[in-house]
Amino acid sequence: MTTQYKTIAKDGLWENNGVFAMLLGMCPAMAMTGTATNGLGMGLATAAVMAASSMLVGMFRNQITQEVRIPVFILVVASMTTLVDLSMNAWMHELYKVLGMFIPLIVSNCLPLARLEAFAGKNSTLPSLADGLFMGIGFTIALTMIGAVREIVGSGTLFADASLLFGPAFKAMEMRLLPEDTGILMMILPPGGFLTLGLLVVGKRILDVRAGKEIQMGGAHSAA
Amino acid sequence: MKKQLTLGHGLILGAFCLGFGIVLAATDFATKEDIATRALEDRLNSLGQVIPDSIHDNNLVEGAIIMKNQRDKEITVYRATKDGKATGFAYEVYGTGYAGQMKLMLGLDAQGKILGVRVLAHKETPGLGDKMEVKKSDWILRFDGLSLGNPPVEKWKVKKDGGQFDQFTGATITPRGVVDAIRSGLELFAAHQDQMMDMNAPKQLTNGAEAKKEGH
Repeated sequence: MTTQYKTIAKDGLWENNGVFAMLLGMCPAMAMTGTATNGLGMGLATAAVMAASSMLVGMFRNQITQEVRIPVFILVVASMTTLVDLSMNAWMHELYKVLGMFIPLIVSNCLPLARLEAFAGKNSTLPSLADGLFMGIGFTIALTMIGAVREIVGSGTLFADASLLFGPAFKAMEMRLLPEDTGILMMILPPGGFLTLGLLVVGKRILDVRAGKEIQMGGAHSAA
Repeated sequence: MKKQLTLGHGLILGAFCLGFGIVLAATDFATKEDIATRALEDRLNSLGQVIPDSIHDNNLVEGAIIMKNQRDKEITVYRATKDGKATGFAYEVYGTGYAGQMKLMLGLDAQGKILGVRVLAHKETPGLGDKMEVKKSDWILRFDGLSLGNPPVEKWKVKKDGGQFDQFTGATITPRGVVDAIRSGLELFAAHQDQMMDMNAPKQLTNGAEAKKEGH
């Protein structure tokens, strides 16, 4: 049982990482990673939606018939997204003001749907919850990393405005690493997203090859 | 047989829709009030930046009227009053930037002098065009205290166009749009001063349904 969860965690965080291995959820991975803070916020919101949807689908997997599973999956993801959208607007308003426009896009992010189809639809409640959670955390880490690289190179800061999003306690996270006006503007603009993602995917591959692993991640191959 | 199966699938899907519908309705019910409060706070917050608390004793949102601007677009004019007399106005003005429309909040005193201007929404290039945001630079503060006659109207332009306002390094279109927006806002005040000043004016100068939409 524990080995199962270990595999789930390893898959979600590294081996089968939604962004770096499967190359899914590219829209938020590009659009919301101008700063590490935005990436982190978007990642956490997505992780919440993924954990909740995976758990629900795992719970009802015997009631969901093959024929209607896709509409039901989309219904689940859409409902959970709306739930997160409304609660964030009401209770985490600062974060909502930055991410607001992108929260509804979680519905069209193919990563949650892919995990429901590939995992939660075939496994029971708890492993499904774990899969959604770890895939979500893996997604959060990926978005935060892309955001951090773009922010450091692009504007010379790291986690700027984190206190605005998560509360005054996070003021300590805000850093300025390079002097003002030295950033490379392109990195905060859309091309920077593609460049950073490409380089990070290569970096992950290099590490995997060094570790003697056989590279056989479908998504990365088909996209290449 | 086949028909029954289809019905079964339909029922399953229907049951899920019903279930999630109820969950969402409950969430909406639980968050509605808080969301309305937050929206009001946001609005008061942006108004507070262009109308100082010291010049009014009324609730800015309550005294608002609806009127049309030069482009025939309906705008809400928030009015500050003290002891029943109008002391200031705030309304949204629009300018065209490098990447589409920019929305600004303009605050004026009763004489038409600028109390403050803030950018509410824009899509300008980060690092180049976003210097009109008050947290990035104090450029936008230089408009405080100016009015339509000071400088004269032909000087309400960026320096490149023969006016008196600095453009940013590497960006002219954005400041040009901002200056245009502010000038058109001042002209709106000059043209409709009496209407704005009239405290007995109906809450909206157009029909009620549209006003409700604007307030939503």
